[in-house]
Amino acid sequence: MPTEITLRLQINGEQVRRIIPANRSLLDFIREDLRLTGSKHGCDVGDCGACTVLVDGAPQLACITLAAECEGAAIRTIEGVTDGGGLHPIQEALHRHVGAQCGYCTPGIVMAMTSLLEADPHPSDSAINEALGSNICRCTGYTKILAAVREVARPGSPS
Amino acid sequence: MTDDRDFHVRAVAEGGVLGGGGRGKVDGLAKITGRSVFVDDLVLPRMVYAKVLRSPHAHAKILSIDASEALAMPGVLKVMTGEDCTARYGAIPVAQDETALALGKVRYIGEPVVCVAAVDEETARDACRRVRVVYEPLDAILSIDDALSADKPFIHEWARKPSNILRKVDQEYGDVDAAFAASDLVLEGTYDYPGSTHVPLETHAALAVPHADGRLTLWSSTQNPHYMHRTIARVLGMRPGDVRVIKPDIGAGYGGKCDTFCTDVCSAWLARALDRPVKFVFEREEVFYAHRGRHRTKMWLKMGMTKEGRVTGIDFKAWAEGGAYASYGVVTSFYLGVFMTMPYKVENYRFQSHRVYTNHPPCGPKRGHGAIQPRFALELHLDRMCEALGLDPVQVRLDNLIEAGHETVNGLLVPSIALSECIERVVQASDYRAKKGSLPPGRGIGLACSAYMCGALHAVYDNDLPHSGVQLKCDRSGRVTIFSGTADCGQGSNHMLAVFVAERLGIDPTDCTVVEADTDLTPVDLGSYSSRVTFMAGNAALQAADRLRSQIASALAAKFKVPVESLVFAGREVRGAWRPIPWLEAVDIAEGHHGTLGSVGSYKPPKIGSRLKRTSVGPSPAYSFTAQVAEVTVDQVSGVVTVDKMWAAHDLGRVLHREIAEGQIEGCVYMGVGEALLEEQAYRKDGVHMTPSILEYRIPTVYDTPEIQVLLVESHDPGGPFGAKEAGEGPQLSTVPAIGNALHDAIGRWLTNPPYTPEKVWKAIKGR
Repeated sequence: MPTEITLRLQINGEQVRRIIPANRSLLDFIREDLRLTGSKHGCDVGDCGACTVLVDGAPQLACITLAAECEGAAIRTIEGVTDGGGLHPIQEALHRHVGAQCGYCTPGIVMAMTSLLEADPHPSDSAINEALGSNICRCTGYTKILAAVREVARPGSPS
Repeated sequence: MTDDRDFHVRAVAEGGVLGGGGRGKVDGLAKITGRSVFVDDLVLPRMVYAKVLRSPHAHAKILSIDASEALAMPGVLKVMTGEDCTARYGAIPVAQDETALALGKVRYIGEPVVCVAAVDEETARDACRRVRVVYEPLDAILSIDDALSADKPFIHEWARKPSNILRKVDQEYGDVDAAFAASDLVLEGTYDYPGSTHVPLETHAALAVPHADGRLTLWSSTQNPHYMHRTIARVLGMRPGDVRVIKPDIGAGYGGKCDTFCTDVCSAWLARALDRPVKFVFEREEVFYAHRGRHRTKMWLKMGMTKEGRVTGIDFKAWAEGGAYASYGVVTSFYLGVFMTMPYKVENYRFQSHRVYTNHPPCGPKRGHGAIQPRFALELHLDRMCEALGLDPVQVRLDNLIEAGHETVNGLLVPSIALSECIERVVQASDYRAKKGSLPPGRGIGLACSAYMCGALHAVYDNDLPHSGVQLKCDRSGRVTIFSGTADCGQGSNHMLAVFVAERLGIDPTDCTVVEADTDLTPVDLGSYSSRVTFMAGNAALQAADRLRSQIASALAAKFKVPVESLVFAGREVRGAWRPIPWLEAVDIAEGHHGTLGSVGSYKPPKIGSRLKRTSVGPSPAYSFTAQVAEVTVDQVSGVVTVDKMWAAHDLGRVLHREIAEGQIEGCVYMGVGEALLEEQAYRKDGVHMTPSILEYRIPTVYDTPEIQVLLVESHDPGGPFGAKEAGEGPQLSTVPAIGNALHDAIGRWLTNPPYTPEKVWKAIKGR
């Protein structure tokens, strides 16, 4: 059996403390131990971005992050993307544009775009591409996702 | 043809729910908040996990399996082998050649051989590694030539008539040779279209739950719950009524989740054996072995044309490499030829296809099933002939188009077509005429057209039953619940059902709850394949909604003493009595008048098309049409091709929801761009998959995806629900040939073997 460790971190604003195997991935920790199933397994090797969460505000691939590395960190998942509930503007825009078809990549994309827009509320197209570049969406061709992000990034201008 | 203004005016006039217009879809909020529930998100008490051990050989006899060491491991509960579940199954009744685990021999590298159930995934995975399987390798069939060779062993030697050819199709209509003799130009060409795979972001997953009364529930990431239901009952030897299949939210399919997989059969068998819930989720690599994607297809095409550009006849042969099992391959062998002449008037047509077995992962239905490859060949060939005759590719296509009411030479009746508008709109939007032949060196523009079906006239098993059923429940809460066996895979069929029902009842789609894809609760629907759902389930939903509306209307007419015909359902009220009756009150009155409210609707396709005698595979109640233009830039030094922009005009009959329809077309174009430039399901000479990961199998990221301009064209199909046709599959057909034709415009070479990798393009530029 792998060594167990005691992990303390903040998840969506809430302090948690769990004893977990030292080799547990952050994604398994979030999904299995905390039952926050919005973050998805797409590849488990960091290729697809479906597991993207924010670690201290920065997007990170939870499937190739050890939970143990996140000791003391503040993690945000799709379940906590807005503080007090309600929709983040990017979620609202994705909904209106139908930026989610099957919805499997969507939580990861919402987190990546949330991080982008919080760091820079008006990102350029190349900054948007860079932030979206690690997230695979196999349904939409990114077109409706980009329209939603551009609308939030540049309100009023045609997307 | 419509523009935004027409569209909104009409939508509002009809009650306002058609169209979309920035209102999302009924299940959209769950998706963007991560609350959609996929199979892997489900956790049940006493649940255990399954994993499989896969074959390291392309073709080998299984001499022995020793699982004693695995079974002795703590936490290991059960080991299952092919001998435990020997009933052969398969998507098509005439080609049932699969078992969930290899039986007696393995037929491809990555084939499941042994399944282990354990208390957690890690233990199950470790235990698989400790199962000893002894193999005797056999000569492997790794190419189409191997499969056609007389000197090779049979992959399915158990069959009554063993052959490595699953199906050969020969059809001839008119007099092709005479047509060629009367042509000004007869051109032959060969084409080699690569295999590719779906890569849905959710891997295949199943969760089987045994019940105290002996029944079984299977949660599966399937596109076809009904066919899954039949298969699981048969393979497990259960009565169909004792099996319940539920498709929760699924992380898309694109055709890749139409079959029954080892996840389904093994979890179901193990759940019964252990009397515990069993979850089985594929790892990403396993999806590349489960495959069922595009058949690599070698093609030979000969076409005749008059000097004015009239197509006189087509002679076409295709050889499709199908992998180790049949899957939908019998259908593929027909789809390779039946849509070939459409959308052009071709009165002389000869077609032959072979769909062969090889020792590779099985191929099956990928978006545009079987029709993608021949469409690529035909549309490139048309441009080649135009070039040889000095004709305009746009005009030649327009001149050869069929019209509404046309029956193709092979018996496909086309009730509606607005392809000429599609062509005109993409040509205009892209400025094709000004750019063709006039762009700077290394840049090019290309056009292609295509046609696709809206569901098959025949189910995969022969029957005279409805293809789609919808049931409605409505009560004094005002809520309308729509029960339907359809399987939303992300294409928006749930929203589509709500739109049809809401539009007819004058309420909002969000006033409806859609209960889908649960064989205990929902009427049969054949599933999400062949682009059938909008057309067929849509018609069933309309019928059910009309019947419910009649119930409500008759109750109101009796109470308010007005003729039924004077009542109008719109804006959450019923108008036409002396005062508008709010929806809630209307339902209340109807429930009081009739008792409990409910209705059913169903759809069975009409028997149309008369000339087609030799096959029931191909005819559809309607066809969608697409015209596309691609503009590309080729880096002459590196051979890297960039698609700068795609214009896609699609005749979808009627727009039911603008963003969903556009999204389907954008998704098609995106997937086509991947097949044109990046993707190939390729194998080493020994049968090992070259790229079984998302990193290596290159699917387009945002950087690889061009700007896509979608133009929606409405032809109002007479049989379609509100005139609608499909939009989620057909548009992919013309993407790759449009890019191929643009590439020729850019570098002056015909590249007949996508994907257009830098190496191939560089060699073409250098004339190597």
